[in-house]
Amino acid sequence: MSNVALAAPVDAATAIATRGVVRDFTAGQQTIRVLHGIDLDIRAGELTYLVGESGSGKTTLISIMCGILWPTEGEVRLFGTDIYKLSDNELVDFRLRNVGFIFQQYNLIPAIDAASNAAVPLIAQGVDRGEARARAIELLAALNIADQADKLPSQLSGGQQQRVAIARALVHQPRLIVCDEPTAALDARSGRRVMDLLREVALADDRSVIIVTHDNRIFDLADRILVLEDGRITHDGRDLPKDH
Amino acid sequence: MVWIAIRMLTGDATKFYGLLFGIAFSTLLITQQLTIFVNLIERGASGVYNVPSADVWVMDPVSRTTDVNLPMPSTALDRVRSVPGVEWAVPHLRAAASVRTKEGDLEGVSVIGVDDATLIGLPRRMASGSTNVLERPDAVVIDDVGTTRFFPEGYDPVGERLELNDQRAVIMGVADAIPSFTSQVTLYTRYSRALNFVPGTRNRLSFVLVGAAPNIDAKALATRITEETGLRARTRDEFARDGIDFIIENTGIPLNFGITVMLGFLVGVAIVGLTFSLFIRDNIKQFGALKAIGVNNAKIRKMVAAQAAMVGSIGYGLGVLGTVAFIWSFSSNPTFKGFYIPWQVPLISLAAVTLILTLTGWIALRNVLKTEPAAVFR
Ligand SMILES: Nc1ncnc2c1ncn2[C@@H]1O[C@H](COP(=O)(O)OP(=O)(O)OP(=O)(O)O)[C@@H](O)[C@H]1O
Ligand SMILES: [Mg+2]
Repeated sequence: MSNVALAAPVDAATAIATRGVVRDFTAGQQTIRVLHGIDLDIRAGELTYLVGESGSGKTTLISIMCGILWPTEGEVRLFGTDIYKLSDNELVDFRLRNVGFIFQQYNLIPAIDAASNAAVPLIAQGVDRGEARARAIELLAALNIADQADKLPSQLSGGQQQRVAIARALVHQPRLIVCDEPTAALDARSGRRVMDLLREVALADDRSVIIVTHDNRIFDLADRILVLEDGRITHDGRDLPKDH
Repeated sequence: MVWIAIRMLTGDATKFYGLLFGIAFSTLLITQQLTIFVNLIERGASGVYNVPSADVWVMDPVSRTTDVNLPMPSTALDRVRSVPGVEWAVPHLRAAASVRTKEGDLEGVSVIGVDDATLIGLPRRMASGSTNVLERPDAVVIDDVGTTRFFPEGYDPVGERLELNDQRAVIMGVADAIPSFTSQVTLYTRYSRALNFVPGTRNRLSFVLVGAAPNIDAKALATRITEETGLRARTRDEFARDGIDFIIENTGIPLNFGITVMLGFLVGVAIVGLTFSLFIRDNIKQFGALKAIGVNNAKIRKMVAAQAAMVGSIGYGLGVLGTVAFIWSFSSNPTFKGFYIPWQVPLISLAAVTLILTLTGWIALRNVLKTEPAAVFR
């Protein structure tokens, strides 16, 4: 049991606070501890990179921070809400209103067009389809692909699909955006363009963006870089440590 | 979200048509086979249905159906007539005979002797000729489906001579009758003539057909007839049921049709189950993304239910239409004469389709519900 009671109090301006977050995975007989008590405060208006070697626990941590994976111990506060004290359905609903996801494989729905794909979070919130699409198209315009709105994902290039995925993450104006390796599949220039784009459209005063990445070509775009090693935060600053 | 679910389903044309085919095929097989089954076993009661005016059928205690009967002495008629509540009672003879056809072949027929005076026992409608043709001494009326057994299609048999148990008979009319279970040729003639056509023992009165007096309940009358005469008396509905039960108990028909219906169900489960599971598996990433974004399990369930309902209603409609088309296209075939789709049959196949989709949808859904939202980052 980590010492949650003694942990630092959470500042009201903090977007995400983790306290003593531990995560174990059981594989057969063995239990492996992947995260060893993570204490983090992430402010709104910041673009945070989460870097580290393969297997260091980046995906696990980001999943816990955005409310899709239960920690074994510890608590996570998103904008003041202790999310893992919510019921299952409350947590799903909390994500729907507060979190935008950009998946590495985009996971667009092949049978509906770009605008409808981008509108999915609004449609899931119960917004009328026409209005949801109109709002999605505005975002597609901001991402310079308004002319692709009526195309199916299979008719779009990889970069265009990613912009649709970004639009989908932003359309409902969530306060937290999470991306796991958004540039892994892209060449250097496209990767940089996506990051620029994210800084430009995703970042806002009342919104945090957390990006898991290996891509050292784009580190200069971050407000804060966190390094994870074997489940522990070993570096926290504006730049990467020299030895990295 | 339902809209998205439907688009996901129809967007994958191969699987969508596969699912439709599975449901339509099952519906067709189940509906069509049950329809044929019901119509076929109802033919066991055709002898009763062809004489709708008789309220009660009176027979020897060992007689079971219109075709399985032991004749009574002719005195039975007067005994029945003397029972209070009997408005009228007429003799009815049903016996097997053989006919020598023009080609010289011998063919088994049933001979039905109807009351000389009232012609009760003759089917109500004639396909050709009128009922009074039986006034002529040698006259017989043949049933319409039987005609097709003796004569080429479209041939008018009126005027044709037959050798019926070595007696001369002339076909004078064609009755519009419900064919018997065996679709054996039936020849109607007057009771007094039938006695000549069907030689044999002293007792030849197969049934006494009874009309109940106004306001007399057929069931009560049948009970009273049995009490007062010692004969077996069945109401029209009971006796129709006896004929159907006889077919059910003495043929392999229920088993055969039951097996086919079961196969239709299993094929449905197999095709739909497999296709549905493949469809869900192909879309599991999308479902996982939806769950992460914030679509709860209740909404996911609704999505899969909408997909099942869509496949079910279209597939079921196609299957029932197919059955209607089948029955319709064979309606001129004498084997299928008078076939209809009882209202219960589409309901049964609807229940089967619902069961298939609930079962397969539930299995497919389990995978979606089990998917952890965290899996989208892997
Ligand atoms: N569902 C799981 N079951 C068992 N072990 C898991 C599970 N998810 C992650 N792990 C283990 O936890 C450790 C950290 O995994 P994680 O995916 O968080 O690493 P990562 O830093 O994202 O790596 P990568 O850069 O390769 O994506 C790994 O050793 C992994 O095998
Ligand atoms: Mg990872």
